[in-house]
Amino acid sequence: MPAAGLVLAALAAWEAIVRLGVVDQLLLPAPTQVLDALWTDRALLGEDLAVTLSEVLLGLAVAIAVGAALAIGMHLSSLMRTTLRPLVTGSQAVPVPVIAPLFILVLGFGLVPKVLMVALVCFFPVTINLYDGLRDVDPDARKLLRSLDATRWQAFRLLEAPSALPATFTGIKIAAAVAVIGAVFAEWAGADQGLGHALLTANGQLETARAFAATLLLFLLAVALYGAFAALERRVVDWTPRSEPAGGP
Amino acid sequence: MRTDLEAPGTEPRLASGDDGVTVEAVSRRFGAVHALDGVSLQARAHEIVAVVGPSGCGKSTLLELVCGLQAPDAGRVSAPPAVLMPQRDGLLPWLSALDNAALARRVAGDSRAAARAAAHEHFAAFGLEGFERARPAALSGGMRQRVAFLRTLLAGRPVLCLDEPFGALDALTRVQMQQWLAGALQREPRTVLLVTHDVEEAALLADRIVLLSARPGRVVATLEVPLPRPRQRTDLQVVELRERALEALGAVAPAVAHTPPDGRA
Repeated sequence: MPAAGLVLAALAAWEAIVRLGVVDQLLLPAPTQVLDALWTDRALLGEDLAVTLSEVLLGLAVAIAVGAALAIGMHLSSLMRTTLRPLVTGSQAVPVPVIAPLFILVLGFGLVPKVLMVALVCFFPVTINLYDGLRDVDPDARKLLRSLDATRWQAFRLLEAPSALPATFTGIKIAAAVAVIGAVFAEWAGADQGLGHALLTANGQLETARAFAATLLLFLLAVALYGAFAALERRVVDWTPRSEPAGGP
Repeated sequence: MRTDLEAPGTEPRLASGDDGVTVEAVSRRFGAVHALDGVSLQARAHEIVAVVGPSGCGKSTLLELVCGLQAPDAGRVSAPPAVLMPQRDGLLPWLSALDNAALARRVAGDSRAAARAAAHEHFAAFGLEGFERARPAALSGGMRQRVAFLRTLLAGRPVLCLDEPFGALDALTRVQMQQWLAGALQREPRTVLLVTHDVEEAALLADRIVLLSARPGRVVATLEVPLPRPRQRTDLQVVELRERALEALGAVAPAVAHTPPDGRA
């Protein structure tokens, strides 16, 4: 695998730069020091990882439920479409670091504001991809169902919903990749646990290696979530012939 | 649903009431595109009428008018409930062959089990046995068309609108499928509108051939096909008819059309 070789080479160069004293170890710890911190603080970081993981998973669940409801509502009702579309889009213009403290202020230091923060970051890709997927249906199949006098509900259940599944998974995978951002910002605004909180305290104590260890776990968390949803997609969306070149008939 | 559509402002008339299809002086525009211009045709009950014309002459629009998916801008369409078999089979890629064939029954309100049973009854006769669980991507072109045709038949409509059913098939499969369709329609007679750009296909299958001009589609000729079945591509009358149709479409010069056929295939 050339990718692994490239990463190893980069890590070796990084290690060398730090060990040779080119940069201050307080600013940039060497990869081995990060691993050392990860091992030393494994009990603490493990708890933080569990906390952040539950925030992210619950937030994603809320995002998928709310995102799907919004997309389906906007698809089926022109009133919902015209009223909600600008709000849905505008919600993504709200700066997460600004709104996170408000969530904490109103909802307290517990799990709820973190879950909502993750959901706020994640629902948008789910909504937009599902909404587009519901509209982007094979026109021949649509004509066929109309000629069979299918009801609105039948067209949705038999044609639009299954047809939108691949796009929905694309949205969920994007959401899974950015979910940790929402959790970290929410924890920064007020928390006593979680990887974002660990990152903040380690920074404050100039424990740079531990901060990097927490970041590494966030990185791995995002990759693992993405991989899990990609695997689920392969099981659920099992009709797309992946071996065929894209853009075929 | 029965289709009785008139362009606004025309005098209403009573529908013919049997299983025949009547299209009278129908015009249809899409913005600047004039798809159909004063097209009339008739299909009596259990007749197969082929509509032949160059690409983009409004053939598919004509079928959608008969199926009630569009309304004419002028003229009148009267047809009993019709079902459309769209150009590229319209199979749903996530459903098995059996569920695709059963789709029309599901839409008609049958339970999943009842719809599957109704479809499965025909699988052997349609040469699909053993492929019940196969997804469309795993089926050959000919099998996909047979699944789509079974779905169309199971809709239980008196009128079938087939939009270039064999257009995507290779030449060999197409010949086999034409023979197969002729047989299937003899066993299960329906009123059929068959859109194709292949005059030979029309001569093999149809009781009447309606020839349309390039856009805007106008009827340039209607040829009766009083030939016995089964027909062969090499039958002299079939070959003659094919040449007459090509001549009427302006595809061959009259002088060429009257020379002995030289085995085009």
